[in-house]
Amino acid sequence: MCRSQYQELNMDIIQSSETNLRETRTTNRLKKFFDSPASLNLMYLPALLLFAVFIYYPITQGIKISFTNWNGYSAHYSFVGLEKYRYMFNDMRSYKVIVNTLIYGLGSTLFQNILGLAYAMLLNSKLKGQGIVRTIVYFPVIVAPIIMGYVWYFIFQYNGGALNDIMIALGKEPVDWLGNGPRAVWLITFANTFQYMGVAMVVYLAGLQAIPKEYLEAADVDGASGFYKFFHITLPLLMPAITVSIVLNIIEGLKLFDVIISMTNGGPGYASHSLSTMMSDLFFAGQDAGFAAALGNLMFVIISLFGITSLKFLRRKEVDL
Amino acid sequence: MRWQIDQFTGRFGKYCRRMLSYLTALLISVLHLIPFYILINLALKTRQDTSSKWLPPDYLYLNNFTDVWTQSHLGTALLNDLIITTCTVALVVFVGVLAAYPLARYPTRWNNAVYTLSISTLIVPALTVLVPLYKLIVDLRGISTYWAMVLVLTTFFLPTVIFLYTGFIRTIPRELDEAALIDGCNRYEIFFRIVFPLLKPVTASVIIIIMLGVWNDYRFSLFLLQKRSVQTVPLVLSQFFSQFQNNLPLAAAGSLLSMIPMALLYLFLQKYFVSGLAEGAVKG
Repeated sequence: MCRSQYQELNMDIIQSSETNLRETRTTNRLKKFFDSPASLNLMYLPALLLFAVFIYYPITQGIKISFTNWNGYSAHYSFVGLEKYRYMFNDMRSYKVIVNTLIYGLGSTLFQNILGLAYAMLLNSKLKGQGIVRTIVYFPVIVAPIIMGYVWYFIFQYNGGALNDIMIALGKEPVDWLGNGPRAVWLITFANTFQYMGVAMVVYLAGLQAIPKEYLEAADVDGASGFYKFFHITLPLLMPAITVSIVLNIIEGLKLFDVIISMTNGGPGYASHSLSTMMSDLFFAGQDAGFAAALGNLMFVIISLFGITSLKFLRRKEVDL
Repeated sequence: MRWQIDQFTGRFGKYCRRMLSYLTALLISVLHLIPFYILINLALKTRQDTSSKWLPPDYLYLNNFTDVWTQSHLGTALLNDLIITTCTVALVVFVGVLAAYPLARYPTRWNNAVYTLSISTLIVPALTVLVPLYKLIVDLRGISTYWAMVLVLTTFFLPTVIFLYTGFIRTIPRELDEAALIDGCNRYEIFFRIVFPLLKPVTASVIIIIMLGVWNDYRFSLFLLQKRSVQTVPLVLSQFFSQFQNNLPLAAAGSLLSMIPMALLYLFLQKYFVSGLAEGAVKG
C-alpha cells in the first residue's frame, strides 16, 4: 500500500524522483529487516545496555583505579602503577582474608551439600509430615542474611548469649565465642550453612524425585546393598543437581558479606574479614580506593577461576539418562 | 519356618528404621527452630530481664515492638523497600524476558556469544566492582535515589532472569511460532500474543526469586542509600542495631518484625518459593 503510493508520487514528480527512490529503498530495507529474525535481536539491547553501563564499564574503570592512589572522594589522584598490587601481596592481611574467603566459600559448599543431600534422602523416604520439615528447614532462606546474622549474634555473644546461658547452667565459664578469630570464621560458615542448606535440600529433593523407580527396584532384585545403590545409582544420576548446587554455593559463598558484617564486622581485628568485607572496609573506612579496587580485581579472578573450573569439572562427571 | 522369621525380622527392622527416620526428622525440625525460638524469647523480654534466653518470659511485654517501630521509622523503611522491590521486579522481568526470547529462539553464533556474555556476569560479584560502580553512581548523582538503586539491582539480577527464561522458552515447541507465522502474525506478535502468555508459571518463580533478593538486599543499599529517608528495612535495622547494641530485646523485636512480610508470603505461596528454584536447577 505504502509502496504503491510512493511509486505514484515518483511518476508525478520527476525532479525529486532520485530522493524518493532512495526513501523507498530505505523503507523496503527496514521492512525486510523487521520481517527477518535478526530484527528480534533488538530485544536484548536494553539488557546489553544495562550490563555495559553497570558491569562492563565499571570493570574497566576498576582496573584503572587499581593503578592509582585515589582515596575515594577527592578529585585529584595520580597513577602509581603496580604499587597497590605490590602492597596487597606484601600485606599479611591479604593472605588471611583470602584463606577466610576460601573457608567461607568451600566450607559452606561442603556442609550445605552434604547436609542438604542427607536431609533430602530422609524426606524422600515418604515420611508423613515431610512438608512441615521442608518448610522449617527452608524458612531461613527468606530471611535477610544480615538479620539472620544478628539472630546468631544473640546466640553466640559473650554477655547473655543463648549459648553462654547453657555454659553457665552447666557450671562452666562463659566463652567469648566470636572473640577468637579462627573460631569466628567457622561459626560464620556454620551460620551461612544453616541459612542456605534448605536450597541444596530442595534441589536434591527434586533431583531424587526425578530418578526412575525402576532403577532402584532392579537393583533390589539383584540384591544390591543400600550402600551400593547410593554410590552406583543415586549419586551418578543426581550429578546434574549436584553440579548446579555446588557451583551456585561456591559462587555465593565466596561472595559472603552480610552475615560477616552482622556477626563480627570482620573482627576481632581483621581475623574474620572476607575479600568483600575487607574491600568495603578499605574503601569507606580506610579511604584507600586504589587498594580496594586491586583487592576487588583479585576477588574477581579468584571467583571466576573457582566458578568456571568447578562447572567444567562437574559437567564432565554428569551421566546422561 | 525360616521364611517366617525372616519375614518378621524384616518387618520389625523396617518398623524400627521408620521410627528412626521420624525421630531424626523431629530432631532436625527442633534444631532448625532454635534460633527463632531464642529470637522470640528475647523480643518478648524487658531490657532488665537477664534470665536465660531459653526460658520464655512469665509476663506479657510488647513495648519492644512498638518502641522499635517508632524509633527506627520502620514504616518509612517498609515503604521504601516496597517501592524499590516493585520497580526492580517489574523492570527486571520486562528487560529479562525481552532479552531471553531471541537468545533462546535464534541461537546464531552471535546470539550464543551474547548469551554467554550475559550469563557469565552471574559470577561477577557485585562487590568486586564496588569502587568503580560507586564512583559511577556518584558521578551520575544517583546516590540516595530510587532510580539508581533500581537500575543497579536490575542489572545484577538480570543474568539470573535471562538464564531462567531462556531455559524455559527453549522447552516451548518451535512449531507454535511457525504456525503463527504462517497465519500471518509478525515476529513481535508471536512473542507478545503466543509465547509470553505461556511464560506465566516461570514468571511466578522469577518474581519470587528476585523479590526475595531485592527485599533482603543489604550490600547495594549500604552503599547507594545513604539518606535516612530512602533507606530500606535491612539497612535501617543494621544501623539501629549498632546504635543500640546494649539493648538486645529491642533489636530482636526489630528483626522479628522485619521477617513478617516475607514469612507471610512464604507460608501462602510456598509452592512458588520452593519449586521455581528446584525446577530451574534440575532442568537448567
